[in-house]
Amino acid sequence: MRVQFKNSYDDDINLFEDRVHLIKYALLLIIALVLPWLLSSYYVGELTSVLIWSLAGLGLMLTAGHTGQISLGHAAFMAIGAFAHLALMIRGWPFLAALIASGVITGLAGAAIARPLGRMSGIYLAIATLALSIIIEDIAIVAEPITGGVAGLFAPPIDFFGLQIDRYGSPRAFYYLCLVVLVLVTLAYINLLRSPTGRSFLAVRDSEVSARALGVNVTRAKTVSFSLSCAITGLAGALYAHQAQAVNYESFLVLISITLLLQVVIGGLGSIHGAFFGAVVVVMLPQAISQFRDFINSSTPVNLGAWPGMDTAVFALIILLMVIYEPRGLYGVWIRIRTWLELFPLYRKGMFRRSKTYLKTERMR
Amino acid sequence: MSLLQIESLSIAFGGVKAVDEVSFTVEPGEIFTIVGPNGAGKSTIFNLISRLYEPSNGRIIFDGKDITALPAHEVASLGIARTFQNIELFDHSTVLQNLLIGRHSRRQTSWYEDILFLPQVRRAEREHRRIAEEVIDFLDLAAYRDKLIAGLPYGVRKLVEIARALTSEPRLILLDEPASGLSVEETLDMAWWIEDMQKDLGLTVLMVEHDMSLVSRVSDRVLAMAEGKPLALGTAAEVQADPKVIEAYLGQQEAS
Repeated sequence: MRVQFKNSYDDDINLFEDRVHLIKYALLLIIALVLPWLLSSYYVGELTSVLIWSLAGLGLMLTAGHTGQISLGHAAFMAIGAFAHLALMIRGWPFLAALIASGVITGLAGAAIARPLGRMSGIYLAIATLALSIIIEDIAIVAEPITGGVAGLFAPPIDFFGLQIDRYGSPRAFYYLCLVVLVLVTLAYINLLRSPTGRSFLAVRDSEVSARALGVNVTRAKTVSFSLSCAITGLAGALYAHQAQAVNYESFLVLISITLLLQVVIGGLGSIHGAFFGAVVVVMLPQAISQFRDFINSSTPVNLGAWPGMDTAVFALIILLMVIYEPRGLYGVWIRIRTWLELFPLYRKGMFRRSKTYLKTERMR
Repeated sequence: MSLLQIESLSIAFGGVKAVDEVSFTVEPGEIFTIVGPNGAGKSTIFNLISRLYEPSNGRIIFDGKDITALPAHEVASLGIARTFQNIELFDHSTVLQNLLIGRHSRRQTSWYEDILFLPQVRRAEREHRRIAEEVIDFLDLAAYRDKLIAGLPYGVRKLVEIARALTSEPRLILLDEPASGLSVEETLDMAWWIEDMQKDLGLTVLMVEHDMSLVSRVSDRVLAMAEGKPLALGTAAEVQADPKVIEAYLGQQEAS
């Protein structure tokens, strides 16, 4: 096992613990940069989806995973981001300005809603945010001048300082665009977590009463967290609009909110990695299931095509098993694998015995 | 001048007067203990001072400033820190992270500076960590620095909670039953820590405690309470000898 000696406080403060840590993430970035050149444009599109859902998951992770405020309404903020972004672009705003503005607008919307929501917690908060997710469908129809009503809006092509980026025309360029946004947001997220603001979020999650006694303005912390969370999700919504090419009131149904929450729970609540792992599962698993079904259909006498809805059922089953047997999510699995590799051959079986501690988010006060 | 002045403080929950017209003062540098049977209103007084409860009557004056109407999160920055009877640590964080959260009332940066991690954030972080390390040295917690709270033994958790209170550089520390659930040796250790806090750090300690051995060992003055009302005030020996206090604990002596 690697032992790391710390010589100064900066060793703890820095983004990367040491050079090995830095090299690992540099390699990951290189893989992310090279990957689109090795894949067909269909899979580049899928990969872009993973990036966009990672971004949306990061948004939800901030409030659900790190501040302990469950939200079943984050699709609503994706919608706000997407509509704001497209409405501005259609009115002639350049892409980058519209993207930033969509984040800001969604953040402000989040802040406005966070005030009344901040008084709720647990199951009540979940219900209130769920309602939000349902209302947004109607608002998307009613607010026709902005959202295009029932027909919705079509995404105009992106003109990025003279560079034409289109999801179908130049999928790699669009992939890189999403990657840049995702990396920047992730860095901002990590910065937040290693500074007083992020710590105050954790404090609110784990013990509101002692957070208050230590000088954390709980209402404010919840508002800032929720608002930043919404801003990130809004950015994801804006990118999603370009990925889907068109958005209308049906693009952000309650199901999306629930999928997002599933994503962060499967990935592992309270970890940045979790948002990414969860996105991979949510995007790739349905694909994998349908391909597996096609494989069974074509190579065995069994015809699974006769059972409609089987894909969804298998997806649901896998998620159910995941939540029951690995409540720490994929991040927990990853930690275990990593420790096994680091300690090889000294790993003992009971090292990660599941302890009965849950985040307050999961406890549903 | 007194550091903390409590003037006819009262609070009622429904019909129960949990604290009823209690007045006392805590002088700078002393260890002041509140004792009393369960339900006497000791912890309620703590919750009133840290502004978690709204008093129905009375005033709380800290260092000449009336804090009766202050929001709870502004109390810490004045220099009042506290621990809780049922340890309220952040279970999913390490000891060091818990201590750093304790620095929250001394933060100088706002969230947008934090997101960009500007140079001043790093400077402030170094300072926070320096103070946290001082406290770790003071309370001998180095062995647990990077351990998660969830896996720590009970006695250590109690100490971490005190450490977390100390990182906020308080002038007054409120200890809510620091020795509850501790073994005899751990209670002795706790007595030393409390004395060290008074002598080495120059802190004023306001404490609620049941363990009379600890109380008589460290306290300068003791206030006995029962059913929300003050019974006796004096040194530990005086209070223990007071007939009203004995009655509150043991019941009235039957005339034989």
